[in-house]
Amino acid sequence: MKKGYFGDFGGQFVPELLIPPLRELERACANILPTQDFQEELAGLLRDFAGRPTPLSYCETLSRELGFSLWLKREDLLHTGAHKMNNTLGQALLARRMGKSRLLAETGAGQHGVATAAAAAKLGMGCSIYMGSEDVERQSSNVARMRLLGAEVIAVRSGTRTLKDAINEALRAWIVEQADTHYCFGTAAGPHPFPTLVRDLQSVIGIEAKAQFRERKGKLPDSVVACVGGGSNAIGIFYPFASDPQAKDVRLVGIEAGGSGEPGCYNSAPVTLGRPGVLHGQLSMLLQDACGQVLPSHSVSAGLDYPGVGPEHAHLAASGRAQYRIVNDEAALRAYLCLARKEGVIPALESSHALAWVLDNPGEFAPGAQVIVNLSGRGDKDMDIVSRHTQKGQGGAA
Amino acid sequence: MKILSLQQRIEAANAEGRMARIPFLTAGFPAPASFPSLLRELDENGADIIEVGVPFSDPVADGPVVEDASRRALEAGVTLPWILENLGALSPRLKAGLVLMGYYNPFLQHGLEKLAKEAAGAGVQGVIVPDLPLGEDALLRDILTDAGLDLIALVGPNTGEERMQAYAEKARGYVYVVSVMGTTGAREGLPPEAETTIARAQRLFSLPVALGFGLREPGQLLGLKNPPQAAVFGSALLRHLDQGGTVRDFMTPWLKAALP
Repeated sequence: MKKGYFGDFGGQFVPELLIPPLRELERACANILPTQDFQEELAGLLRDFAGRPTPLSYCETLSRELGFSLWLKREDLLHTGAHKMNNTLGQALLARRMGKSRLLAETGAGQHGVATAAAAAKLGMGCSIYMGSEDVERQSSNVARMRLLGAEVIAVRSGTRTLKDAINEALRAWIVEQADTHYCFGTAAGPHPFPTLVRDLQSVIGIEAKAQFRERKGKLPDSVVACVGGGSNAIGIFYPFASDPQAKDVRLVGIEAGGSGEPGCYNSAPVTLGRPGVLHGQLSMLLQDACGQVLPSHSVSAGLDYPGVGPEHAHLAASGRAQYRIVNDEAALRAYLCLARKEGVIPALESSHALAWVLDNPGEFAPGAQVIVNLSGRGDKDMDIVSRHTQKGQGGAA
Repeated sequence: MKILSLQQRIEAANAEGRMARIPFLTAGFPAPASFPSLLRELDENGADIIEVGVPFSDPVADGPVVEDASRRALEAGVTLPWILENLGALSPRLKAGLVLMGYYNPFLQHGLEKLAKEAAGAGVQGVIVPDLPLGEDALLRDILTDAGLDLIALVGPNTGEERMQAYAEKARGYVYVVSVMGTTGAREGLPPEAETTIARAQRLFSLPVALGFGLREPGQLLGLKNPPQAAVFGSALLRHLDQGGTVRDFMTPWLKAALP
């Protein structure tokens, strides 16, 4: 297979000026990442700073109601409240060993920005976060957290002023600052080697979940379900199953965000509704118009609001190893409330999409089946959005 | 009359004792209706080659001026088929060579074979794709070569000896040297790394070197020990046009300058 490709997807579609820093990163991925010394230091940080391993929680009430066993991989309990920290600690540590003194990153809702800022602070590195100006306004508390952690937050006013444009601006900044700065890319997408690097760093989720489930039940689960925006939490839990021939019967389901669900609405479901295209350095499934212009995306969940998706998901979909389904805003909101009330866990709206598909499609699972949902983040951050939507739903003034 | 290749056009300018002039114009900016007249004016006012920008929603190699021009062109309904149709109608009357500059996805969605055939039919002689580096470019290069078009290489200050050599083995037309570690956009002066990059490109390529990114007026190029064979200017021209300036006024200093 061609370097940096997953089947037909992937690649390195970037300006020539970004090839040298990507090559430098490829070398670090080959020469630093796999060393015992690096892996031990990272494992120590993940354990003592970020709080790994995260629990695998059994949902007693919901399992009884559904007639099959529902488990949650609790990435919401990781430091800063989402799986993002697995990636940022790994990349920050790698960058420091590469001799870089600063991190730059994009962020949408702010979770990756906060996780990058925390990793930078922990490792004594400078940090700049690019964030669409729309998002800066919508996510002011995360902006405050990033600043508290010492990061500079740069509001991006070009294009749609959201995540897509924050990535454009971060790539432009990296062209200028590459000598001393590492681009800490937030998801398993972008130019090679990011999709592989981020997958490898996030695979700790699936490795743990597999071992924890085996310890509890002595076997593999039947299904693993995760939400897919760029796709880092999903590939993190999928990969240890997808790459294991003995786990070939474990069903993997990625859930994309369908937006409002009205016909023709803006959505964030490129695997299901897009076609192959090139954006942000990769050839993957993409929401685009007939002329190849990238379409705006939409989801009630800011973390899924992205018109592209990591190339390995495009490949897993094409090969049939994983299936991809769509859940719209309303179903995710219902799942958010349901999990809070029935299991005492407030899930991120992103993770609520994965949960909603399981709750709304019990017929997809055999009686007694064992189902793991990756609970990629905590939902406190979404309380305002949820209360606005529930009031609307009840006919109140929003 | 024999049609000159892109390389020959630059060499012809150099034979007159001057640097070739390559303006960049985002198609349909500031308004789609002015596209034909702007092309003609550039042609009449000393352009040797005109780079026609195909707008894209996410232009990562560009600074704010080209990005804004792209956005406004897209909002005005500019598409690749519209651009090719206009170029096809105009090119028989233009002296200057035409090059399409655009990001990969609109070309890919149009269909690469179709692009090559239609671009050649519209009088286009070369294509520049700023997000298609060596390693990803083989498919498009083969298709363009079969249609008689040049895929123009882009290299920069951090393109090392070995990689530049690899570009040189495949390159045709001219080599576009990015002057600065940054995006497009007019700057003051010329960054110190530009001179060494030009020298490296001149040593490794057997093609003319066109310098771009950051050029705003010819004075920036005076005093270079190894001047490039051509100068590309985009953002400064777009800003000038957007402020109501004429092509003639913008081009005058470039015509007067004794370059190299």
